[in-house]
Amino acid sequence: MDPQFVAFVLLALVGLFAALMMVTRTNLVHAALYLVVTFLVVAAMYVVLHAEFLAAVQVLVYAGGIMVLFLFVILLVDLPREMAAPRKPRNVHVATALILSAVVVGLLGYEVVVTRAAPSAGGASLFAEGGNLETVALALFRYYLLPFEVVSLLLLVAMVGAILLARAKA
Amino acid sequence: MLTPTHVMLFSLVLFGIGIVGVLTRRNAILVLMSIELMFNAANLNFVAFSWAMPEIAGQVFAVFTICVAAGEVAIGLAILIALVRNRENIHIDEVNLLKW
Repeated sequence: MDPQFVAFVLLALVGLFAALMMVTRTNLVHAALYLVVTFLVVAAMYVVLHAEFLAAVQVLVYAGGIMVLFLFVILLVDLPREMAAPRKPRNVHVATALILSAVVVGLLGYEVVVTRAAPSAGGASLFAEGGNLETVALALFRYYLLPFEVVSLLLLVAMVGAILLARAKA
Repeated sequence: MLTPTHVMLFSLVLFGIGIVGVLTRRNAILVLMSIELMFNAANLNFVAFSWAMPEIAGQVFAVFTICVAAGEVAIGLAILIALVRNRENIHIDEVNLLKW
């Protein structure tokens, strides 16, 4: 067996389990912790797919930054007791969501399986020269400099907007 | 032998779980978390094709997606805090002021 394939299948099983648990938990903190597991599984998959820089970014930004933000808000939100009680999803909503999700996954999955994307042509060899970080940095700053600056502006706007929205009324 | 098809199928199922989460959960924080799950599924596809082509642009686009996701979460959680402050409620089916 190909070790890359075995690693991928094991990671996929853990990731699917964690994602399913995340969606079904009523306790928000438990859901957040299962989401961290999913993020770490995706980071490990990036390593399997030879995207080491993205794996580091995934751990720093998602498992680090975004999850801390989520946990902060979960702890900060102070609701009256009857509001804080978890509510079961309505049966009709669950049925509709399952059908819709099954249709999307089924149609796209059929297309994916039928099309049969070619196996990896170059594998690690393209990214090995100079390392993954250097390759990403060269492409980012040589060919995608303008999008990079636009994204930095977007993050600035998001930061200012978030502070403005969450600020206590004077 | 790992092919992009395997990665695409996994990310597709992850995306489907995210759809179910967004449509069934009534707590706004859990809806935001499910959206993050869907962002991750999309990113995984970018990386899978970047690995298979091979072409580094896919990883660069995944970096951009992560930036947009981070901004989206910051704004979403700020709106949520404003919502709790004004309405003392985070159940999205009960916040229906703009609903006809």
